[in-house]
Amino acid sequence: MSGALIYACAGAVLFVFGVTGLILLPHLLRKILAFNIMGSGVFLVLVGLGQRDGTPDPVPQAMVLTGIVVAVAATALALALVRRLLSLTGKIQFPEESEGLGRCWKNK
Amino acid sequence: MNFNAILPLLVLASSLVPGMIIFFLPESRIRLRTTLNLTGAILKLLLIGYMLWGVQHDQSYVFRYNVLPDLELVFKADALALLFVTLSAALWFLTTLYAIGYLEGSPHRSRFFGFFSFCVTATVGVAMAGNLFTFFVFYELLTLSTYPLVVHRGTAAAIRAGNIYLVYTLAGGAVFLTGIVWLYGLLGQVEFTPGGVAATLGLEYTAQLQVIFLLLIAGLGVKAALVPLHGWLPQAMIAPAPVSALLHAVAVVKAGAFGIIRIVYEVYGIEFAQTLNLLMPLAIVASITIIWGSLRALWQDDLKRRLAYSTISQVSYIILGVTLFGPAGTIGGVVHLVHQGIMKITLFFCAGNYAETLGIHKISEMNGAGRRMPWTSIAFSVAAFGMMGAPLTAGYVSKLYLNQGAEMAEMAWVSWMLTASSLLNAAYFLPILYRLWFVNQPQKWLQERIRARGRWETHGLLLIPPVVTAVATLGAGIFADTGWSPLFWVKLIAEMEYLP
Amino acid sequence: MFDPVPWLILLPLVWGCLTFLTGVGRGGRLVLAGLIIQLVLTIILARQIVMEGARHYAVGGWGAPLGVDLYVDGLTGIMLLLTHVVALPLVVYARAYFSSQAEGASYFWPLTCFLLAAMNALFMSADIFNIYVTLELLGLAAVGLVAAAGSAGSVTAAIRYLLVTLLGSGAYLMGVALLYGTYGSVSLAVLEPLLATTEISAAACLAAMLMLAGLLLKTALFPFHFWLPPAHGGAPAPVSALLSALVIKASFYLILRLWFDLFAPLVTTQAAQLLGGLGAAAILWGSILAFNQTRLKMLVAYSTVAQIGYLFLLFPLMTSAIPGAAESAMQGGVMQLVAHALAKAAMFAAAGVMVLSAGKDDIALLGGMSSHLPLTLFTFALAGITLMGLPPSGGFIAKWLLIDSAVSGGQWGWVVVMILGGLLSAAYVFKVLRQAFLPPVAGIKFKPVIRMLEWPAFLLALISLLLGFRSVEVLNLLGAA
Repeated sequence: MSGALIYACAGAVLFVFGVTGLILLPHLLRKILAFNIMGSGVFLVLVGLGQRDGTPDPVPQAMVLTGIVVAVAATALALALVRRLLSLTGKIQFPEESEGLGRCWKNK
Repeated sequence: MNFNAILPLLVLASSLVPGMIIFFLPESRIRLRTTLNLTGAILKLLLIGYMLWGVQHDQSYVFRYNVLPDLELVFKADALALLFVTLSAALWFLTTLYAIGYLEGSPHRSRFFGFFSFCVTATVGVAMAGNLFTFFVFYELLTLSTYPLVVHRGTAAAIRAGNIYLVYTLAGGAVFLTGIVWLYGLLGQVEFTPGGVAATLGLEYTAQLQVIFLLLIAGLGVKAALVPLHGWLPQAMIAPAPVSALLHAVAVVKAGAFGIIRIVYEVYGIEFAQTLNLLMPLAIVASITIIWGSLRALWQDDLKRRLAYSTISQVSYIILGVTLFGPAGTIGGVVHLVHQGIMKITLFFCAGNYAETLGIHKISEMNGAGRRMPWTSIAFSVAAFGMMGAPLTAGYVSKLYLNQGAEMAEMAWVSWMLTASSLLNAAYFLPILYRLWFVNQPQKWLQERIRARGRWETHGLLLIPPVVTAVATLGAGIFADTGWSPLFWVKLIAEMEYLP
Repeated sequence: MFDPVPWLILLPLVWGCLTFLTGVGRGGRLVLAGLIIQLVLTIILARQIVMEGARHYAVGGWGAPLGVDLYVDGLTGIMLLLTHVVALPLVVYARAYFSSQAEGASYFWPLTCFLLAAMNALFMSADIFNIYVTLELLGLAAVGLVAAAGSAGSVTAAIRYLLVTLLGSGAYLMGVALLYGTYGSVSLAVLEPLLATTEISAAACLAAMLMLAGLLLKTALFPFHFWLPPAHGGAPAPVSALLSALVIKASFYLILRLWFDLFAPLVTTQAAQLLGGLGAAAILWGSILAFNQTRLKMLVAYSTVAQIGYLFLLFPLMTSAIPGAAESAMQGGVMQLVAHALAKAAMFAAAGVMVLSAGKDDIALLGGMSSHLPLTLFTFALAGITLMGLPPSGGFIAKWLLIDSAVSGGQWGWVVVMILGGLLSAAYVFKVLRQAFLPPVAGIKFKPVIRMLEWPAFLLALISLLLGFRSVEVLNLLGAA
């Protein structure tokens, strides 16, 4: 197994962790962190698979840079919204969700 | 584009444009609204008169517009279309007069007359539709424009009736659409053509064509109130009298019946329909409807409800005539489209007069009303006798040809059924006439809203329309053999459908 | 020859920055003027596409693979035109709306401009990474708009929407990473022949699944629809209209593009049937939920869930072997997209007027609306006609084409779904209309509204209705290759 592939596999694992956390964790801050882990996973895959015979490919690096900028912006927006929610309701959770089980798939 | 192609559009516009303007008029602009209404109605009559003259002199009025590359919107003023257009335009004019009198001082009149005009536009569109697609477009517009009229009063009962009306008509429309799309898939284009177009497919499509026929008739049968699809019609009685008059005589039920005429004669072709064994089942359904409607009418005490069940019965005469193979049946059915319209609108106008003038809604309350309101009651009696098929009235002509048609088609049971139906008609109309003329009037009327002034037993605008239509009922019967009668025109149509 | 392509992305960005500088709640007039210019540009572009066919545009003269490529064809033209035709009346509407009610006005103008820039860029993007960037930009702007009202409900909806959209684009980006790792390019023009000629790899399949799943989540196809109603129903009316009419269409557009171009060698009939099945479930379930709502804007939002379902019926219908059937399925799907966008914008705008006038978002309070705001109610009804698929609306033409395709392809199940869906939508539309015919609820005082709130909505509804008469032009543009 080449080094690149190890990075890619680690990225995939992180991605799965991130997605799971994003869906299942009830605390909004944890959801935001989970999103960042998910994003890092994608970036690892992008850079890891992008290598050709050990020489790094500049194009995916540029893409990851863009991706990081987007992720930072999204995180900032999410944090701002969560702060707003905290000041309005005093909770950092979706109001109708019960403790422990993130029921993201509820209809109402 | 030449003038002849634009003419059908003008006929549509003559009610659509006033309707749109009226819709946005403030409630207080009564004079302007009335002027617009009547100008539109008269203009429409003039345009139609011109087209009637033109068609007799071999002019053709066809408008085409491509909605999709292979889907056309076609308006065609052929003989059959003109028959229905003339009927609706003439009765629209009278009903507008009537409605102006009827709704005097009531709220939401701009809305009412706006939708009223849309409704007539849709009916005229149905009449002039040159292919099945165009027909469907206006058939659905008719549903949409009549709904606000049905719920116009805004009471809980009106809303409930509106719901029932929608459930029936929209579901019917959906079934109808399925049939139409299917037929378009088979034929490419379904233009109404005397003699039909489906025969080109040949007999290997028999099963498909039978199913499509079922879908089409089920869709149209809702509006034509064929049993068991008739449930909405008695409920829709809740609407104001001019609406009921229009719904029963011209717009909704007639659109259904007219559609069935078009489907049988000009889509399938009467001979091909006979080959596919489609006529007999339809004749049976129509017969059941005729008898069932009359039987139910017997038990109604509410005058408008009794008239509603009578409509169910009478409209199926048209459909029955269509299914009787042979020119006489065709003539009887198609001419009844006009005759039933004139007679039924008279009855509804009169029912509205009794309710508005004296507060009478039930038959048991009608005792002696004939002396208080002689003109209305004479008109009512004439129309009722017409419905029974008494000689000298329009109804007699229809029944005469229907009976002949039954003989020609060698369906003896139809003659028996017609006789039975006439007896039933008599059974539910004669008691009303007896009460009107031969029972003494009560001490005090229920709710006398309009006092008699001199010769005017009620508001003039309420009285003139039923008298005019009653005279027309007699005229269409007495002068049936002249060149100006509906019968004459229908004979021309029948010739076209049977000539190869 | 003047080329409008780069300007369509650049101009809204400029307006966005300018209105941000002019300060909170101001700049409506600038956006209005800017949108008129953009509409003219899109019309010019559409004409060019019809005359000269599809074309590529290399931003700054750098072509792929180094630079960013843009690509416009008939479908792009339709989407751009639709976006501007919907957005322009909504801008007029929004100016009137926020002058009557300041809530949510704060950053409406800059965010709307960024939203439009992102959408224009998305429609024209020709590489999958650039699409990712525009998707994120679009999502962030939309979340900002949803949150603008600032109440707990709308902030909750915005956070949920944000997380969903991030999850969706995350999955999409993972797909991009896999594709780049396997094929070494992100350009659609390069990837397409590669996927078509080489053996299908597991990585490509996984990428396709991730990307499509991410986009389905953003399009809110059943069962991913849970986030849509609170986000669309809770936002200020102009925002709801923009989101429901346009934003979800953007991700649908991408699904359409990827499914039929890039992933065409991978997709199977079963997958298409699955999408169709989800679409059917969306139609039925969404309509039932819409009917059960007591709040007007929630009803309209659930109706969006249902109407999205029709779009997905085109995937199974396109698998038909009969050539005519596949063609009308595509045409019907695109017509539905256009008609729904126009009608839903009108409907949300009309609902906003009614809520504004009644003071509270409750269907039970609508009694008497038919005489108080006849034009707005009429607007609602006209938009409803399109949603029900009744003639002569654009929705009817769409349904005609889809049913025609299903019947000639022998796929009868979808016919039943479409017919039932039409009847169910009639049920929820008339639930509102009939309430408006009842006498007013005792004690309610309707506030008067300014005329400029009513007319833009009416215009949109009218366009959606009359679209039926101009379908030939739309389909001509679609067919331009």
